[in-house]
Amino acid sequence: MTVESTAARKTTRGGGKRATAKKAAPAKKKAAAAAPAEAEQDQLVQLLTPEGERVEHPEYSIDLSADELRGLYRDMVLTRRFDAEATTLQRQGELGLWASLLGQEAAQIGSGRALRDDDYVFPTYREHGVAWCRGVDPTNLLGMFRGVNNGGWDPNSNNFHLYTIVIGSQTLHATGYAMGVQKDGADSAVIAYFGDGASSQGDVAESFTFSAVYNAPVVFFCQNNQWAISEPTEKQTRVPLYQRARGYGFPGVRVDGNDVLACLAVTKAALERARSGEGPTLVEAFTYRMGAHTTSDDPTRYRRDEEREAWEAKDPILRLRTYLLNEGFADQAYFDSIEEESEALGKRVREVVRAMPDPDNMAIFENIYADGHALVDEERAQFAAYQASFVDAEEN
Amino acid sequence: MAVFEKITLSKAINESLRASMEADPKVLVMGEDVGKLGGVFRVTDGLQKDFGEERVIDTPLAESGIVGTAIGMALRGYRPVVEIQFDGFVFPAYDQIVTQLAKMHARALGKVKVPVVIRIPYGGGIGAVEHHSESPEALFAHVAGLKCVSPSNASDAYWMMRQAIESDDPVIYFEPKRRYHDKGRLDTEAIPDPLHKARVAQPGTDLTLAAYGPMVKVCLDAAKVAAEEGKSVEVLDLRTISPIDFDAIQSSVERTRRLVIVHEAPVFLGTGSEIAARITERCFYHLEAPVLRVGGFHAPYPPSRLEDEYLPGLDRVLDAVDRALAY
Repeated sequence: MTVESTAARKTTRGGGKRATAKKAAPAKKKAAAAAPAEAEQDQLVQLLTPEGERVEHPEYSIDLSADELRGLYRDMVLTRRFDAEATTLQRQGELGLWASLLGQEAAQIGSGRALRDDDYVFPTYREHGVAWCRGVDPTNLLGMFRGVNNGGWDPNSNNFHLYTIVIGSQTLHATGYAMGVQKDGADSAVIAYFGDGASSQGDVAESFTFSAVYNAPVVFFCQNNQWAISEPTEKQTRVPLYQRARGYGFPGVRVDGNDVLACLAVTKAALERARSGEGPTLVEAFTYRMGAHTTSDDPTRYRRDEEREAWEAKDPILRLRTYLLNEGFADQAYFDSIEEESEALGKRVREVVRAMPDPDNMAIFENIYADGHALVDEERAQFAAYQASFVDAEEN
Repeated sequence: MAVFEKITLSKAINESLRASMEADPKVLVMGEDVGKLGGVFRVTDGLQKDFGEERVIDTPLAESGIVGTAIGMALRGYRPVVEIQFDGFVFPAYDQIVTQLAKMHARALGKVKVPVVIRIPYGGGIGAVEHHSESPEALFAHVAGLKCVSPSNASDAYWMMRQAIESDDPVIYFEPKRRYHDKGRLDTEAIPDPLHKARVAQPGTDLTLAAYGPMVKVCLDAAKVAAEEGKSVEVLDLRTISPIDFDAIQSSVERTRRLVIVHEAPVFLGTGSEIAARITERCFYHLEAPVLRVGGFHAPYPPSRLEDEYLPGLDRVLDAVDRALAY
């Protein structure tokens, strides 16, 4: 809610800023500062500036209809709203934990909308926007955070694997799945999501090795949101993350993770590359986690407010909104309708979560083994008898 | 299909992999050196030649990668059989096995299956260097979602592998590496025992020796010696470590009234501890003596010049038999 209204306020300001003269000024300032970190940022693939200005890139172009652009906007707003609702539900005690995606909407919607239905996604635990793009009912994502299950959806119904909490593990599953796709002779691709913190994990390194030597059709999509709980990216790497790919023998590209158009274009190209047998790509979406790592975290202990404020100026939703307005692709009535839709989504999420029943006690013993297991059978029967003993006592 | 009068245990596994790959094009073999070399123990000898590099996959030297990618391939509908070169090398993959492989079926509420078989040549007795002789089966059996088995002879090696591959559950298949060259009979047209059923390897009336994998032979030898001393010892080949066939142990103990469990792994919190506890619970009024355990010490696997002291041998098993019979 707060975030939405902040975004709305800033839109007005952002719209006012859009004079050509003012655009030139920050560019100059940037060149003068020329800190190494900023020089790296200059290599970002960007198609939509933080000011909502459309720019071209020699390698990555995109041509979307007004309808498609509005679709991306809608995806981002609804995803942010869902996320905000989940955060609120956690604060109200309805969820045990929540990992917010606030700030990463463009990275997730851009990459998610680049996928084809027959592509397969291996997420970490923050990919609510990608799940949205895959058509996973957002309320399904809340089961594990509410504590009614440990996963809870059928990965094959939307080609969206379960959330993986051990960071980096899923990059190997994605690689193996992609090796299977390759063996099947299929032309779909696989995408693995992970974060800057996970890039330090051995499994991520091993997945790079395996995918490279087998030329597996997999795209590694790293959302570098700058923080792994309280550890900054400098604690994970001495080189920009996208450059790691070179050592494994495949390309790496850094994209403005707050630019939904660039994320879409770069991911599409990487997926196309995978499909055509050219192997893996590492995409580093340079973005920012505007909220806490999870609701258990307190970022005020380790990062400065100014940092967040600087990133707020690069807000992914805000810049697309500015662009839509300036180009006349959307009007206030459209934005109002999205706002209405997002209210309805929030309401539905609230209602569904609160109505989510605790699982039956016997669920403890369900689905542990596909082919059954004598010990599970024995303990299930004992537990059932134990529970039944209470019922008998009451009846007596 | 054939009857082998004398086939080594390792060759039986090879035949089993071959038959499984012929029966199901989704079966894959993966691991370090499994291709041209045929594995360091030659268990996969000739498979790559016959099935190609697409189905017998030489992998990078990265155990977590081997298991993690096998999980991904299983999710895609394949049935990978991965080789971990030696017991002590499974630990880099332990995370993938425990946090991912074991739990995925449950986390997906039964909607996905991960039929991965992990072959681990395990145990001592071959004079190897550090990390090449360990018995980590209890660490895996402790984890819900995994199944663990260990054959002791060529016929079981063949059939249990075929059944493990056909199972929709992840199975850790512990190969008794010091028995790789032991020969036995194999009928590939026989009707095998179910995968998780124990077998009476030697009937007896005075005491039950329960063992699996490499220790079954030691126990059979011990039973022979005991017989010369006038004691009738029953040897139970458990075959399966998760689940354990407690019904079979119970039925044997109800007849013999004494139980000694033998395994190479450390006794402390090992497979034997679980069996002792359960059988005491189930057979309290049948037992004439406490359940005894013979196994490794609470010590790192020793240098090979000391392994004969560490591993349960004939004398230590017979000593336990005597102690149990003395009650």
